Amino acid sequence: MALDTPKPLVLSNARVIDPARNLDAPGSVIIADGTILAAGPEAANQGTPYGAELVDCKGAIACPGLIDMCVSVGEPGAEHRETLASASQAAAAGGVTTICTMPDTDPVIDDPALVDFILRRARDTASVNVLPLAALTKGLRGEEMSEIGLLQEAGAIAFTNGHKSVKNAQVMRRMMTYARDFDALVIHHTEDPDLAGGVMNAGLNASWKGLSGVPREAEIIMLERDLRLVGMSGGKYHANLLSTGESADVMRSGKKRGLDITAGVSINHLTHNENDIGAYRTFFKMSPPLRDEDDRQAMIAAVADGTIDIICSNHDPQDVETKRHPWAEAEDGAIGLETLLSAALRLHHSEQVDLVTLLAAMTSRPADRLGLESGRLNKGAPADVIVFDPDRPWVLEKSAIRSRSKNSPFEDARFSGRTLRTVVAGRTVYNYT
Amino acid sequence: MTSMTAKNTHRDNPFPHRHLLGIEGLHPHEILGLLDRAEEAVEVSRQVHKRKHVLEGRTQINLFFENSTRTQSSFELAGKRLGADVMNMALSQSSVKKGETLIDTAATLNAMHPDLLVVRHHAAGAVHLLARKVGCSVVNAGDGPHEHPTQALLDALTIRRHKGKIARLTVAICGDIAHSRVARSNIILLNALGARVRVVAPSTLLPSGIAQMGVEVFRDMREGLKGADIVMMLRLQRERMNGAFIPSVREYYRYYGLDAEKLSYAREDALVMHPGPMNRGVEIDPSIADGPQSLIREQVEMGVAVRMAVLEALAANLPNN
Repeated sequence: MALDTPKPLVLSNARVIDPARNLDAPGSVIIADGTILAAGPEAANQGTPYGAELVDCKGAIACPGLIDMCVSVGEPGAEHRETLASASQAAAAGGVTTICTMPDTDPVIDDPALVDFILRRARDTASVNVLPLAALTKGLRGEEMSEIGLLQEAGAIAFTNGHKSVKNAQVMRRMMTYARDFDALVIHHTEDPDLAGGVMNAGLNASWKGLSGVPREAEIIMLERDLRLVGMSGGKYHANLLSTGESADVMRSGKKRGLDITAGVSINHLTHNENDIGAYRTFFKMSPPLRDEDDRQAMIAAVADGTIDIICSNHDPQDVETKRHPWAEAEDGAIGLETLLSAALRLHHSEQVDLVTLLAAMTSRPADRLGLESGRLNKGAPADVIVFDPDRPWVLEKSAIRSRSKNSPFEDARFSGRTLRTVVAGRTVYNYT
Repeated sequence: MTSMTAKNTHRDNPFPHRHLLGIEGLHPHEILGLLDRAEEAVEVSRQVHKRKHVLEGRTQINLFFENSTRTQSSFELAGKRLGADVMNMALSQSSVKKGETLIDTAATLNAMHPDLLVVRHHAAGAVHLLARKVGCSVVNAGDGPHEHPTQALLDALTIRRHKGKIARLTVAICGDIAHSRVARSNIILLNALGARVRVVAPSTLLPSGIAQMGVEVFRDMREGLKGADIVMMLRLQRERMNGAFIPSVREYYRYYGLDAEKLSYAREDALVMHPGPMNRGVEIDPSIADGPQSLIREQVEMGVAVRMAVLEALAANLPNN
């Protein structure tokens, strides 16, 4: 990345949405020295900085760039699936300006030197912000706690056991207790591995397909356990990927008890259900599994009422080697960075989630949870801004996918709404033409 | 544990107890009485002829179910300097392995007619159980993570000799509080004598309810050491080092190891203590352990003196004395 300072930038004639301020009004965004100078109606009347690039948004929406809390990248260890560079290009095209990278790489990110490696590679090759998540337990084995203090000092933004749950409750309790001393956020995949033991949502559909099922209870039990442990330890906890309506109920009651908890959902679980699997299409195989339509609707309602705080892509690049197998033998995972915003806008168009709430779940809320200054458009915030047209129709063609892996459940899908421009720290890293 | 003999219930008896099972239950004046008695024992131990005869003809058995070279030899020396016949029984690998219960052991011991029994056991409460089943006086030399009263007494003696008092001193106990009998005995004793007690540890090494144990709790060592008069380090057991309670030795040392930088937050005249054996480079930097603020070697000397004082005080209450 070039080290010269980008020219000042003025995004004028925009519909400015800043969820942190609950702002949705016509105006401008003025950017200089990589930070926001002004944004909103008040910015429209201000002069433009000397030498600024002027962009007429023609009524398109300008809002904070998206922050994706759950992104798997193949670097290190599986660069043929995705590198930090390719993931960041996909992110930029999707309006995502910050990605949190999962630690389940090879080697696992459980050592301060590896956090440092990710940050250096990101600095040298990535066009969006990269925040490494570090392993909660050594080797993600769920047995020994990792060096939370040293990893945090090295730059780890939060701690997670990747796509595996910590099965041992005592280990999890001690991890939460220890993490609290460092005010570290614990992000957990809630699925009891013994009870899960299947390859798609348990129920009639799985039975007809001849596939073993993952019962909802595998998620609900683990989530309930975790919230009890949060109560004991007093730590900061984020349930990473929820998928069932009852999980939302568990979150509601936990929040009512005053626990410091948040929950996330992947965009896939808001836009697909188990019927999309069709003829064993493995791009729809993921963990947690796609549930039925009632659960999808319950998840959408939970996003709308704020019970589910954060929407992520759960971007997980898999290649033909791992996906082109009989369903039960194929890997979990779907890419999602490029389609996160466009897919989320479906909930806006279906009038189920209002636009500001929807964007908050991908901007200010993850920023607040991770303690970031970005995700908002107030003066002095990092100039991570996107411009998107909420109605522009487009079709996702496989050949146009920027990720190195093409395992998108949205292949050939039609969207209304797409990113026009992505700005990271004042620099335009994506421009749709 | 008060004995039934007339002498022991006499209000002038400075230490009216048959056993010393813990600091809990001791009155401040009883603790101070033991410390005064220990001061005399220090003098005895520093003479060429170190022998007193108050335990002449008495039999002291050191019954150690858990290995401890230091504590056992300290008690052995204390008994011998008072003239007792001292026998060491290390039970960690003999009869216990053969399935003998603690009660069996008590019956065997009773048949040997000891007068004083010094017991170290890995289980909390085991010494209390034994005390109910034997006919002699029992000294707790450490029962699991419960109490280690003579360690707290020797720590208090060491502090008092340097600071002239215990009351109103700020003492920071740092490290594995959860599993430490030394911490529990010290918390009780220091509070009884009016010190301000702090504990400094990661939350995983703090027992639940610690805030109600009469201490101020700190997770940040620099905060916890601010203005402290005494920094008391605890040993971190090896089995707790790798991932179960703390992630690693290097992380523990960074945040909870006592080095010059962290010690600089304590008072300039702060003194450093450690019950031993130390893990240099784990909980304490070698330069601090062996430096001018360290009282660690002196604690060993005070250990013998305090144990002499305890044995003498208990012997005074033995029948036919």
